[in-house]
Amino acid sequence: MSTSDTALRPVPQVIAHEVTKPRQSKQWVDWVTTTDHKRIGIMYLVLTFVFFALGGIEALLMRLQLAVPNNTLLTPEHYNELLTLHGTTMIFLFVVPVMAGFGNYFVPLMIGARDMAFPRLNALSFWLLAFGGVVFYFSLFWQPPEAGWWSYPPLSSILYSPSGGQDAWIFLIHLTGISSLVGAINFYATIVNMRAPGMGWGRLPLFVWSVLIYAILLIIALPVIGAAVTMLLADRHFGTHFFDPTDHGSPLLWQHLFWFFGHPEVYIMILPGFGMISEIIPVFSRKPIFGYKAIAAATCVIAFLAVLVWGHHMFASPLPVVVMGFFMLSSFLIAIPTGVKIFNWIATLWRGSIVMTTSLYFAIGFIAIFVIGGITGVFLAVFPVDWQLNDTYFVVAHFHYVLMGGAVFTVFSGLYYWYPKMTGRLMSETLGKWSFWLMFIGFNMTFFVQHALGLSGMPRRVYTYPPDVGWSTYNLISTIGSFILGFGVVLTIVNAARSVKKGAISGPDPWKGNTLEWFTQSPPPVNNFDVIPRVRSVEPMRDIRRQIERDTGVTQKTGGSEQFARV
Amino acid sequence: MPRALRSDAKNDVDRRHAREIRRRLALSVAMILGASLLLAPDAFANFLTPKSGGSPNADAIASLYKIVLYIAAVVFAVVEGALFYSVYKFRAKKGAVAAQIHGNTRLEIGWTVGAAVILVILTTITFIKLPSILNPPNSSANGFAASDGVLTASTTEPSPPNGKKLVICITGRQFIWAYYYGAGCETDPYSSKVPYSYQEMYVPADTTIVLHIQSLDVIHSWWIPSLGGKVDAVPGYTTYTWFKASKVGALYHGQCAELCGRLHAAMTALVQVLTPANYQQWLTQQEALISAQEQQVLTLRKELLATGNLTPDLS
Repeated sequence: MSTSDTALRPVPQVIAHEVTKPRQSKQWVDWVTTTDHKRIGIMYLVLTFVFFALGGIEALLMRLQLAVPNNTLLTPEHYNELLTLHGTTMIFLFVVPVMAGFGNYFVPLMIGARDMAFPRLNALSFWLLAFGGVVFYFSLFWQPPEAGWWSYPPLSSILYSPSGGQDAWIFLIHLTGISSLVGAINFYATIVNMRAPGMGWGRLPLFVWSVLIYAILLIIALPVIGAAVTMLLADRHFGTHFFDPTDHGSPLLWQHLFWFFGHPEVYIMILPGFGMISEIIPVFSRKPIFGYKAIAAATCVIAFLAVLVWGHHMFASPLPVVVMGFFMLSSFLIAIPTGVKIFNWIATLWRGSIVMTTSLYFAIGFIAIFVIGGITGVFLAVFPVDWQLNDTYFVVAHFHYVLMGGAVFTVFSGLYYWYPKMTGRLMSETLGKWSFWLMFIGFNMTFFVQHALGLSGMPRRVYTYPPDVGWSTYNLISTIGSFILGFGVVLTIVNAARSVKKGAISGPDPWKGNTLEWFTQSPPPVNNFDVIPRVRSVEPMRDIRRQIERDTGVTQKTGGSEQFARV
Repeated sequence: MPRALRSDAKNDVDRRHAREIRRRLALSVAMILGASLLLAPDAFANFLTPKSGGSPNADAIASLYKIVLYIAAVVFAVVEGALFYSVYKFRAKKGAVAAQIHGNTRLEIGWTVGAAVILVILTTITFIKLPSILNPPNSSANGFAASDGVLTASTTEPSPPNGKKLVICITGRQFIWAYYYGAGCETDPYSSKVPYSYQEMYVPADTTIVLHIQSLDVIHSWWIPSLGGKVDAVPGYTTYTWFKASKVGALYHGQCAELCGRLHAAMTALVQVLTPANYQQWLTQQEALISAQEQQVLTLRKELLATGNLTPDLS
């Protein structure tokens, strides 16, 4: 690059200023008809957090029912409806789309693009999701589904689940599936084609890497579940027998199809969270990410292995031992790249100058929790051990450690990190730290004892249990913990709601971030960037700050932490 | 000293004080939680390991589990230790500058290989332990003598080396388990007139018992934790497992482990271990009871037909 380019490069805003009023009017029509990736991103986040709250309330109701033995608070019918609603909501209406929400807002900003590749498809993705949620939740007014989020036939067949709730579930999968598929194609096209000049694959931010892999996994997995639920719909209403054992169909076919989607889905849910952590930890350690290439490669390897491990959900089903052996080994293999990521994050913290913001609290809380989920995952991959643990509360504990850690704690970390970019204001750190500690303690209280419950023989999805089997104390601890956890979540939601108006003005780059979203104003203007800088490393903003130091002699405080000590 | 600086110093002291209070608070909360867990009356019954003690396969699974647990505990301690140490040790301090390290190929290869080695060890141990979980031993000399020695065609059905086992067929349906005792139960439990019972299974001690598991409606899962792992009952399939209980008088609890409908939680199972002699006695008694009941139904049916209160089945 020539020196004249240097002179043309805009000096980034480093002084905090009052947030200017958005240029558009605030009428709801503007929001409903918008194709701006930032507005769609915010709509995604608001909508998915509404579903998160609903799913949370469902979980708390179930925990209340299980607090004491032989409880009659809920009928068995309502309990089954709640467990189906909770699982389906959290997976299809919260975790997967919340990642799409962050991706929508930040992928174009991080790669220096002015919008997504297909802005109108982007709006379509959002509205399909919203309608999927509406279709599903309207079943509350008639008869919600009650066959669990796996909806195993024959239980989900017309004979054993005659209500339309099961069909509402099928349409939810169809609508959110098309939504995610369209969104995934959009992400793929955006990331492949619209990167800033100089941003080769080796300079792509790790969050964007993870969204790219998320998109590819969605494109691989979603058609399979789409086909499976269509077959289920045909079985239920059009006289086919795909899954009907009384007429040459096989319930096992559903299990294979469902988990061929279902396991990649787990990585769809947590890889973007991993990506966020890979962005957040370097910023608050004031260090570059340790082993950028290893983390990007591990993401790809996880995605590849993710489509080869579905059978570990079926170890109690009629499968040959050789097949179980294969799935044990493939599940073991996936532990390696996952472990590599954890080691890399810890190595990034090592010898850093760590600034303890709420965002980093959640990031570290995530690692601490996820390590436990990863380790219990190895227990479950050993198929003879799984014969004891499968379908018990041990599994419930395991996947909440994986998903609450891998998705909820990372999303909260990302929320505290990016909130100032989205609103121009900081969230309260005091409230945030209270929220973190309540969530962290509440989470471990709720779910750690569930390992013990599973080991002492409590199956999942039971609406009650007798008093003489030794499960009462654990269940009570778990229920108390779940309310502490819920209270912690509420604090963050309150924090986010009140900081829109009352938060401290953040300025364009409150954390001295590394990636391009911090180059523009907070919130960014409609076109994101007037000038898109040339990218020369994984940390373009650091390069720019260094350049400014060289050009102007004003210290940009990139290495130290003085400006953070009091946040 | 300028005023502003002095108040800064005072603030610093206050802040340190507040931090100390917070740290103590966190510590005491953790201690209360830990203590409440320790003092819980039924805690520690099965806090760390799956249930076992009823049958050799359950014991083998529990011992495999323990090996995984020990390795996991070490990994857990090392990783969480490194995490919390680095967060504690490398907190931002005045004047501290972060080391600008981008990576270390040798270290990264090291921990990748390290993780792989642990998993290779786990795989090896699993396959060493596997035969004792999959393959049933022979019945003991004092076991139930009438165990049949017929070799079946199924390749997935577990069978002891001498082929002598007691076959019990299990049928799951919403929301009860039914048991059919003895050879021939699988072909047609009704016409072969084998004795049956519901919910509570009676078995002879020291005898290798092979279970044939089927379902009549939705998917269920057979699971008696102390007697081994769970096996799904999938309609259209027959699945198998085995156990060999040795404690006479023991009563083992279990329940359906796969969501099967509204009363899933009520689909419980009991296994009562009897001496072989008592088992034979129970079988005879059960057969007599069943035929008495059938006789009673026949009599009632005849009466109803005679009085015109039941139309004969013409189909």
